Amino acid sequence: MRLRIVAGDWPAALFTGVASAATVSMLLVVSLLLLKGGWGTLSLEFLIAAPKNGMTEGGVFPAIVGTVLLVLVMSLVAVPLGTATAFYLHEYTGLHSRRVEMFRFVIRALAGIPAIVFGLFGLAFFVNFMGGNLDVLGGLEQGPRWGQPNLLWAGMTMALLTLPVVIVTVEESLSAVPREARETSFALGASKLATLRSVVLPQALPGILTAAILAVSRGAGEVAPIMFTGAAYYVPEIPGALTDQFMELGYHLYVMATQSTDVQATAGIQHATAFLLLVLTGALNLSAVLLRARIRARRWR
Amino acid sequence: MQRHLEQDLDGLKSAIIRMASSVEQAVGDSLVGLTEPRPERVQSVFQLEDRINAFEVEIDDLVVDLLALRQPVAADLRMILAALKINNDLERIGDHAVNIAESARSLRRDPPPSFPHELRRMAEAAQTMLRDAVDGFVHNAPSLCGEVLRHDDVVDDLNRTVVRHLADLIRRDPEGLEPALQLMRVSRNLERIADHATNIAEEVIFMADARVVKHGAEHDMRGEGSEPRIALPRKK
Amino acid sequence: MTPPGRVHPKIITEDLSVSFGETEALRGVSLRIPGNRVTVLIGPSGCGKTTLLRSLNRLNELTPGAHRTGRILIDGVEIHGPEVDPTELRRRVGMIFQKSNPFPQSIYENVAYGPRLNGVRSRAQLDEVIESSLRVVGLWDEVRGHLRSSALALSGGQQQRLCIARALAVGPEVLLMDEPATALDPAATGRIEDLIYELKSSVTIVMVTHNLQQAARVSDVTAFLYRGRLVEADLTRTMFTSPRMPETEGYITGRFG
Repeated sequence: MRLRIVAGDWPAALFTGVASAATVSMLLVVSLLLLKGGWGTLSLEFLIAAPKNGMTEGGVFPAIVGTVLLVLVMSLVAVPLGTATAFYLHEYTGLHSRRVEMFRFVIRALAGIPAIVFGLFGLAFFVNFMGGNLDVLGGLEQGPRWGQPNLLWAGMTMALLTLPVVIVTVEESLSAVPREARETSFALGASKLATLRSVVLPQALPGILTAAILAVSRGAGEVAPIMFTGAAYYVPEIPGALTDQFMELGYHLYVMATQSTDVQATAGIQHATAFLLLVLTGALNLSAVLLRARIRARRWR
Repeated sequence: MQRHLEQDLDGLKSAIIRMASSVEQAVGDSLVGLTEPRPERVQSVFQLEDRINAFEVEIDDLVVDLLALRQPVAADLRMILAALKINNDLERIGDHAVNIAESARSLRRDPPPSFPHELRRMAEAAQTMLRDAVDGFVHNAPSLCGEVLRHDDVVDDLNRTVVRHLADLIRRDPEGLEPALQLMRVSRNLERIADHATNIAEEVIFMADARVVKHGAEHDMRGEGSEPRIALPRKK
Repeated sequence: MTPPGRVHPKIITEDLSVSFGETEALRGVSLRIPGNRVTVLIGPSGCGKTTLLRSLNRLNELTPGAHRTGRILIDGVEIHGPEVDPTELRRRVGMIFQKSNPFPQSIYENVAYGPRLNGVRSRAQLDEVIESSLRVVGLWDEVRGHLRSSALALSGGQQQRLCIARALAVGPEVLLMDEPATALDPAATGRIEDLIYELKSSVTIVMVTHNLQQAARVSDVTAFLYRGRLVEADLTRTMFTSPRMPETEGYITGRFG
């Protein structure tokens, strides 16, 4: 039902309408600017070829692949871990116990840490400490394998960054599952595990996917955490293992903008890369949203 | 919602009380007309009859309303059911008062040689029984009704005596048939009034104590005596 | 029918007291619930009737801060005893909630949930259990053509009957009902009441309701609770014609509560 704007309503309608328009138009403006700047560069070759000639020609295919792989590794770590944490907090602890309050404090603190700090932490803990020790265990004769930046460590660093978002979102979706649903399951003689698996999890699934979407949005965009933990400027081969370094669109853009020897020549590529990043993030989001919608629809058959 | 129920129940009770008052008056007037030359009293009985009949209809209506619309339970329900039956008994007593009044008129014209003294005792007993039963209803006091049940037997005996007595009289003096028959009629009607008063007393006992004491036997509605209790005894 | 008071009690509570944190919900409740009859718990809001109901399948334990003293015996076995498994108990003592809450799945899946928990895997067996449960609640003919459609598409009354079928599919001996018809229209309520009447020959039913006419219509035994105490319990007929306690009289005639 569309409500006609009654006389007294118009200031509110105007204000909110203008705010919405401003938000949308900002996105549009950025997209259009990028498109304009990168139009000449965007081409099929750009998408499927590796960079050539000192980044002034060629494509960004390895960076595209790297970005996708990064997001994948990150999600595979963050979503299950965050979901399990949310389940523990919501289903297995008392609502206001000391333990829960402590957990929440930690999660909130985690959410406030700047991205670059995550990057440094990732370098110190994942790359040097964990990687270094893994190498020691595996034998140093083959040269450092784990003890250097790679896809795995970068992915895990990103996972840490997005973990608070995942936990909070999943917890909210667990709260949305009505208490009666759990009670009914218990009343039918189900154990706690069976209840969580058969009743709570399916109903919380859309929320979990939402959490994944949010994580992906952040993951595809952050550069600081991956700078020291795995991203590299020029790795023309696509990463074949978790131990490989990778190119990434955001990082690529950063380096080109700040350290390239010939900024003018790469201007078009930068624009195009930025636009591509936008499109990629959007596409990843969209696919997750569609998946969530399909799951919701299946329920209502 | 609850206030309306109280008001309706009070209204029902007061209707019964007003009807009972008219009935008592009718009985009293009819008996006065029997023994004294007071034709206006006899006449008033016939007038009261109309009012009594109107009460009966009104009370039936009130009961139907209460049962259909209020779904009464427990003491309320018992009071309403008692009122329904008492309504009926009172109306019958009114009818019997009318019969006595008619006999009174007839006996004025054609007096008997003498009034059996049992009749006076029966009249007193019937009036007392009626008053006690109605008082029992008014005050929700079943104790007043205990006596009533006992008096009924007495009145029955008196009636039988009177009838026998009058039967002898008729045999000895066939000329005095008409008055004797009228006296018999009076006696019979007094006995019926006593019966109805007894019914009213039984209804009051049901209403107050949930005990059904009809037809000589007693039956407590509160559970079956030897039932194991549903609730375990409380530890003190 | 044998008078309910003479029937062997299926459930006995002895001096049952339940509190949640500081609040006392039940105090010293001792009650005998006869088997294969309908026992109804009545009383004003907050009197403890729902707490009593939820004690019978140990559902109160799921609430943090719940504390209980006293015993509850079903078929002579203390349900809080160390050898009793709560999940097993809850298969024998089923529960229907006030607001019908089918899982957001198909009708079939809803009713199959319980039997699957009990290890019934074969499709044929599941089909059989589901059909018989749906028949008992009078839903079979209405839904047989679309068992795979969402349970949420059913009407309120149908959903509640589905929940009853779901509970019955597990094969309980006792069915606890917490105001099962409160949210339903009179026609649907009537069907639920008819169902309760039919069920009691195979299942012991304990029901909470705040609708006194329903309590009078449906139950064999009525227990009146007030402020956590059991005031009086007796045959329904007696409770509604001549209760012993003045509080009971006051409540059922509507003078308070």
